[in-house]
Amino acid sequence: MAPVAPRSGDAIFASVERVNAELFTLTYGAIVRQLLTDLEEVEEVNKQLDQMGYNIGIRLIDEFLAKSNVARCVDFKETAEVIAKVGFKMFLGVTASVSNWDADGTCCSIVLEDNPLVDFVELPDTCQGLYYCNVLSGVIRGALEMVSMKTEVSWVRDMLRGDDAFELQVKLLKQVPEEYPYKDDE
Amino acid sequence: MIGVGKIKQYSNVLDKPLSKGKQEVSLSAFAFLFSELVQYNQTQVDNIAELERRLEDAGYAVGARVLELLCHRDKGNRRETRLLGILSFVHSTVWKVLFGKVADSLEKGTEHEDEYMISEKELLVNRFISIPKDMGTFNCGAFVAGIVRGVLDSAGFPAVVTAHFVPMEGQQRPRTTILIKFAEEVLRREARLG
Repeated sequence: MAPVAPRSGDAIFASVERVNAELFTLTYGAIVRQLLTDLEEVEEVNKQLDQMGYNIGIRLIDEFLAKSNVARCVDFKETAEVIAKVGFKMFLGVTASVSNWDADGTCCSIVLEDNPLVDFVELPDTCQGLYYCNVLSGVIRGALEMVSMKTEVSWVRDMLRGDDAFELQVKLLKQVPEEYPYKDDE
Repeated sequence: MIGVGKIKQYSNVLDKPLSKGKQEVSLSAFAFLFSELVQYNQTQVDNIAELERRLEDAGYAVGARVLELLCHRDKGNRRETRLLGILSFVHSTVWKVLFGKVADSLEKGTEHEDEYMISEKELLVNRFISIPKDMGTFNCGAFVAGIVRGVLDSAGFPAVVTAHFVPMEGQQRPRTTILIKFAEEVLRREARLG
């Protein structure tokens, strides 16, 4: 059983300032629409969403660590649990679950039943290759990179494409030890 | 969890039951997303006017959808036909749903018949944004101005909507005013309706 985080996701979510999820959903929709108009290629849009998510993730991790008081995670399993239970709850107000661990413990799936980004959204036929929520994969990748874990995040199931839930596969590529940025003798 | 079955799949998004609109996300999630929107648009334009226009366009799309959603859910599909009606709808209902409170004030312009102003001490979208000196009068409230324009346009009250900073005595951060200038036809129609 994963150890309980010092502050549960619900407690933090109740204490942060919140905004209406619909404003969030509609703003995200406006962003995706702008990208589709500018870039036109669905693959380019996917990449741009991932990049935006990455930029968000590298800053989000600071807020996450500051507000949640989690202790240093012992292994990747704990990291994934913390992301799913505390991280998603704290920012998006929804809880995710972790499943499908592989033998090494380096690859797992985070499953979201409920996703505020996709309310009211339907993908038209012209955009079938679009990963609408790709910003989430960028956020996770960016946040983990700032805590010394290089990961690869990809979508396994997508409700907008007809599946029954959103499933992200998070694969730990390697732990990058922290580099001391200054040379001692300079 | 007890009693949780497979989520029912709807083939068409329009068949899904409409949510009550009570779900929330954290303010920081929205702030991060909005900052990415602004940053992305900054890379796509050369000048401030373009940037404001793009933010406004993004807001316009949000506004059109907000009107549809609110009309259907909160107003029982009744449509506003009078100017004051739609203005008070924007000032109270739309603001309450999007920002959690009614706007600080709604005023009629003294100089021109067709101008109205909605003021807010600190717009939600501007809370974590600071404008560098070399960007002059740029205001990210252009996004909110776009939302208002979207609502008004879709309701049949075409207008030009802009966002301005108004410095206030004794306060560090200036107040934001959304200036709404209605088109000729709106005023004529309003006069006709008496």
